[in-house]
Amino acid sequence: MTARAPRKTRHSLAAAAFSAACAALMIACGTSYYEIPIETPIQPKMDVTPFQRVLVAGFVAGGSEDVDANQETVRLLRSQLRTKSQLRVIDADLLPLMDVAAEQGGQGPAVDDRPASDNGGVRTPQAQGVALPKQIKEEKDLEPYERVFANTAYWKRIGEEFQNPLIVTGTVLFTPHSRSGYVQRDVEEYDSFGRRRVMPVRTYMERKGFILRPKFIFIDGRTGATMYSESYREEILYNSQQNTPALSSYFELMDRLVPNFLSALSSQKIKGTRVLLK
Amino acid sequence: MSVRSVLRVRFPALALAALAMTSLASPAFADAKSDARSQVEFGINVAQRGLWREAIYRWEKAVELDPTYAAAFNNLAVAYEHEGQLAKARKAYEKALEIDPNNTQIRQNYELFREINDRTSAAKDPS
Repeated sequence: MTARAPRKTRHSLAAAAFSAACAALMIACGTSYYEIPIETPIQPKMDVTPFQRVLVAGFVAGGSEDVDANQETVRLLRSQLRTKSQLRVIDADLLPLMDVAAEQGGQGPAVDDRPASDNGGVRTPQAQGVALPKQIKEEKDLEPYERVFANTAYWKRIGEEFQNPLIVTGTVLFTPHSRSGYVQRDVEEYDSFGRRRVMPVRTYMERKGFILRPKFIFIDGRTGATMYSESYREEILYNSQQNTPALSSYFELMDRLVPNFLSALSSQKIKGTRVLLK
Repeated sequence: MSVRSVLRVRFPALALAALAMTSLASPAFADAKSDARSQVEFGINVAQRGLWREAIYRWEKAVELDPTYAAAFNNLAVAYEHEGQLAKARKAYEKALEIDPNNTQIRQNYELFREINDRTSAAKDPS
């Protein structure tokens, strides 16, 4: 299992600059520097040895209507887990988590049936009777849905149905975003002698793009309890004249996060280059 | 008054410095440095062939022989990184930089290492 580091462009630029600097130094000082490829193994954040199978159950998703963030996330994570983890991926229909949350909401405290003292004295929104928003447009709309992940009885039942796998679920918010302001960019210039120069120029730009905020929750299918969860935030901005499809932005942002997701449950090797010195 | 007595009476610091320089220039110290260098070179050779454990052994010997050898600490850090011993790698990089703070190669290695280490340590979303 080998993962590339995210922010490929930045990495490749850094690596190119690094290699060029090393080459220049090697020429200048003889061969006292040796560039060497390394693979850093990263241990998984969770112990998944009790599981043979993984169920990517579905996500409570919202934001842009151009992308079905629930379906796309499930599809992407399943395909990544198939190739980059030892666990067998269960192909099953997505759980309609929003409907499940709504149904459980009707049962009142059954959704979060722990006494308030078990939860640091804080009653969840459901227990306080907060209604579920029908459309998820922003982060606060997700909050009332989060209690569905704490319903251990529900997840234990799902676990039994699929022979006690590791369950992956959570929330995904993929929202359009725009920002205006001064941006520094490099402008190519040629002087009267035809020599090329690159000058940094600050220009006012209107940019638009997307923000991706996933929260991955890992649930033990044997007990229904949450084992581990992690949240991320990635954004991408383009020139406002550029017309980038929402789906390709979604994949670009997920591409940055997938190594982090995988490193939660399987050991990864991160490739890189270092310099050995004499 | 002899030079020695002048040193003893008026310039004790100079005398100490001279003593230190004498000991550094001694054949035993030179041998240790030379041995450390040989170990480092051998380590590089085996690391290039993928024998990282052997390389670690050599570079650990090198830093034992010459605890001021920044390159040996740097190489050791790279090898620890390759073996997934990230805490040891950090310590070795920091030692290398402590010895040779202006070495750009060591600094670059350390920054690349830190990027990986920071990525794997915690979730990114601060909220």
